[in-house]
Amino acid sequence: MWPLLGIAVVVVGFALRFNPLVVIITAALTSGIAAGLDLPAVIAALGKAFNTNRYVSAPWIILPVIGLLERAGLRERARTVIAGVAGATTGRLLLAYLLLRQLTAALGLTGIAGHAQTVRPLLAPMAEAAAAAADPAITDEDRQKVRALAAATDNVGVFFGEDIFLAVASILLIKGFLETSGIIVSPLQLSVWAIPTAIAAFLVHGFRLLRHDRLARRKAVAK
Amino acid sequence: MIGLAFLYTVAGLLFAGWALLTLADRRHPKRIGSAAFWGLLALSFLAGDALGDLGNGLLVLALVAIAGTGQLARGSESTTDNADRAASARHHGNRLFLPALIVPATALIGTFAFKGITIAGVPLFDPKQLTLVSLALGVIIAIAVLMLWLRPPLAAPIEEGRRLVDAIGWAIILPQLLASLGAVFALAGIGGIIGGLAGTIIPEGSRFLAVLVFTLGMAGFTIIMGNAFAAFPVMMAAVGLPVLVVKLAGDPAIVAAIGMLAGFCGTLLTPMAANFNIVPAALLELDDRNAVIKAQVATALPLLAINTLLIWGLAFR
Repeated sequence: MWPLLGIAVVVVGFALRFNPLVVIITAALTSGIAAGLDLPAVIAALGKAFNTNRYVSAPWIILPVIGLLERAGLRERARTVIAGVAGATTGRLLLAYLLLRQLTAALGLTGIAGHAQTVRPLLAPMAEAAAAAADPAITDEDRQKVRALAAATDNVGVFFGEDIFLAVASILLIKGFLETSGIIVSPLQLSVWAIPTAIAAFLVHGFRLLRHDRLARRKAVAK
Repeated sequence: MIGLAFLYTVAGLLFAGWALLTLADRRHPKRIGSAAFWGLLALSFLAGDALGDLGNGLLVLALVAIAGTGQLARGSESTTDNADRAASARHHGNRLFLPALIVPATALIGTFAFKGITIAGVPLFDPKQLTLVSLALGVIIAIAVLMLWLRPPLAAPIEEGRRLVDAIGWAIILPQLLASLGAVFALAGIGGIIGGLAGTIIPEGSRFLAVLVFTLGMAGFTIIMGNAFAAFPVMMAAVGLPVLVVKLAGDPAIVAAIGMLAGFCGTLLTPMAANFNIVPAALLELDDRNAVIKAQVATALPLLAINTLLIWGLAFR
């Protein structure tokens, strides 16, 4: 039971808003020592895992590209384009993105979009421009909410699209797990059962996006 | 064979570039600490395999010490101002979107086309790492195209990257560190303990409550670990297989596939899934670190209920 103290450290540390990096190191040391490892062994385990997980941080190499594009005015151009589209609202724009993200993820193309690649340089400025067009007096707080909703839409799209693709990591993990338990399933048998949830995700999140438009309109009128 | 080593070299050189530019940034409020942070990260990417486990562990502690004591900060920016950008946007128009497509297009082509390229029977690209390797290639091509087309100063790619990464700050290593925490938790046997606890609270005789314990367990353990992949084997072994599949004769494909998606609902709710929830908040310069999670709650909870009902309604026909 004592290794669970590490989880308690995480929960309390995040709740008290300590620096998450410090919380994680403390949690790792706590759980490791509680499980009977000595301090150098826990530090070495942490170092080994950090080294093998470098691929998690490697995609940051895209930042120079995004920075160069921003320098040349990509975000400004994205705002101009969306301002010229008749009937473009924050909710409808994000709904279209949600559909596109789910469909491409279902084809295995999860890497073609993301928070650094598409949300910061394109989607967020477009959603913000549409929100500002609907309500010229929009507050900074509401602008931030629109940006957060853009990031949320990217997450929902990729999470509830990717499992329809046969060769995605989670499907392979499920197949492998069931196989070791003596149950043989094909990836297709698993991925078809991702479809009902994918549709539900589109309906639930899509409803919220269109509702965002209605609430924003009401707010603008009230001003 | 071109694989992870190539990717890590590209990333390591970029981090080293950020360290040097930080060191040269005389107006930087935390010049030495920030340069040390990027320098250590560069060392990890360029020479991590030579440092040994304990060496890497001490490097991690140093990175966290720098970030945790506030020695990592934003430097001064050397970029274009709003007027320059508006003028450039007007001048270049929609052609600006084309270079933005180079990286995704290379990733797409690479994933499908690079598989077959062999030299003397050896694959040119590591088949397991095609997406990441083609990402690196796409980045290099895109930078080359943008430099030739727009003719910015020579240091612009590194400077502009530094401007963005300074906005993200310590959160840049959070996902990698969380993955490492997962490894230590696994070593400490956390999964087995949680699975044991979940297995003891299954109520007798109610199929719906058994499904509910499974989906809530998937979401809850994902919230703790930040990753549904870590929760899946634990909850499947504790509840999914012995109770839902063996005892109640549920369809294993449906239980497993939709159970994983119940876990994804947990991913939407946790700061531990830093890549998806905390990093974008930094990247989009939101004041509230948890703003993205708050925007996801009203989607995640109904979906968790729907996933529970889907397993209950579909798996036991």
